[in-house]
Amino acid sequence: MTDQHTTKAYDRDLEALGRQIAEMGGLAEKMLSDSIDALINLDETLGRATAAVDPRLDALQREIEEAAILTIARRQPMAVDLREIIGAIRISADLERVGDLAKNIARRAVKLAGEPRLPRAMIGLRHMGEVATLHLKEVLDAYAQRDAIAARDVWERDKDLDDLNDSVFRDLLAFMMEDPRNITFGTHLLFCSKNIERAGDHATNIAETVYYIVTGGNLPVDRPKGGEVNAGEGASA
Amino acid sequence: MNSPAMTLQTPEAVTPPGPEKISVRNLKFFYGANLALKGINLSLYEKHVTAFIGPSGCGKSTLLRVLNRMYDLYPNQHAEGEVLLDGQNLLDPHQDINLLRSRVGMVFQKPTPFPMTIYENIAFGIRLYEKPSKSEMDGRVEKALRGAALWEEVKDKLHTSGLGLSGGQQQRLCIARTVAIKPEVILFDEPCSALDPISTAKVEELIDELSSEYTIAIVTHNMQQAARVSDYTAFMYLGELIEFAGTNTIFTSPQNKRTQEYITGRFG
Repeated sequence: MTDQHTTKAYDRDLEALGRQIAEMGGLAEKMLSDSIDALINLDETLGRATAAVDPRLDALQREIEEAAILTIARRQPMAVDLREIIGAIRISADLERVGDLAKNIARRAVKLAGEPRLPRAMIGLRHMGEVATLHLKEVLDAYAQRDAIAARDVWERDKDLDDLNDSVFRDLLAFMMEDPRNITFGTHLLFCSKNIERAGDHATNIAETVYYIVTGGNLPVDRPKGGEVNAGEGASA
Repeated sequence: MNSPAMTLQTPEAVTPPGPEKISVRNLKFFYGANLALKGINLSLYEKHVTAFIGPSGCGKSTLLRVLNRMYDLYPNQHAEGEVLLDGQNLLDPHQDINLLRSRVGMVFQKPTPFPMTIYENIAFGIRLYEKPSKSEMDGRVEKALRGAALWEEVKDKLHTSGLGLSGGQQQRLCIARTVAIKPEVILFDEPCSALDPISTAKVEELIDELSSEYTIAIVTHNMQQAARVSDYTAFMYLGELIEFAGTNTIFTSPQNKRTQEYITGRFG
């Protein structure tokens, strides 16, 4: 928004909300990439440090929610202001979930630390992690720029992650069938792969929210989906 | 801000919900030489509520005053163009003004009860157009007061002065007076601006009930009120209609920048 509200305090409220989202976004992005590094390198220290960030993300989400509710009550926002505030509530919830997923990956990294086995699927996981982190970064940039086109672009590419998740799933299955002693390790990695894929879904949700904030319209219900088999459901069943 | 382009979806446009009760066609309005409405085109749909919003001096009250030719009371004011009420141009010089005002009633900003009893306030209007018997008249007065959600509060003091009522009650008395002559269209010109929140809520509730029987136009400075009571909203600025759309669209994703600036409080 280029133009200012007649009431300056209203602008300050909205700007503060945007800043808090940016802070949450930065934290969630770092947690996700750190948790994946911790996993790939089986780095116990980084795993613990990453999981420890999560409470800050939770606290920020609560702060954003409270500020948003207060602004609604106080200013009765309309049109783009209303969409901004509802958007902030939604995005903060998605980022909080990304934090939870990253924490889960980080904890599994701590558990697996010291294990000697390193399956080929680790490469796939690393790649998934890079893609998911990139999507999250791009969608947060789209939010900062209020860029509906960029948001839709991220939204369309979520299928890449679905495809990667499928291939990692198959690799891990083969790894576990080779030797039953791999099962514990492989199962942890299956959950990690699912968590990364879910983090990507949250980036997609954020893309939808950014699109809504900017245009007032919604992206189609059906998003391009990848993956021939539903590996995710198979893994968590 | 990047503007959405190409295949980006936009919120739905106005789909006519039924017949047009009033069609305003290229309406111009002059206060002397001063052009106050610059060619307005707009439809009021039957049994729906249309809100007019816009900053002071944008022409929304002027437009309302054209719809029942209230401006005829003043010399030097005249309108050009067409305003069709059920297809008939009400700007026609041969239009029977009394008949028109019985079909298009109006409620004003400040309650304007006549200095007579509550009963007479309503009976007076009815007698201008009809000559009902005493018992019929009693029935009509009660029905009008019930219609305006005032009956329970005044049924025991019908023959005391209407001026003794509270502001909110007086406004509902004026609505009862309007409803009593069985109009087809009711115009509200900022009907709640002098009322407290409870009275305002009662009048809004009333507008909602009346919309099942009447075509309603309301001018209001209270945007939340427009959002609450109307089906369609027209945003006017400097004598022009800037945007007309479903109320939900106007208040969540208006298409025009000026509309957006006005309803979000960024104007000027």
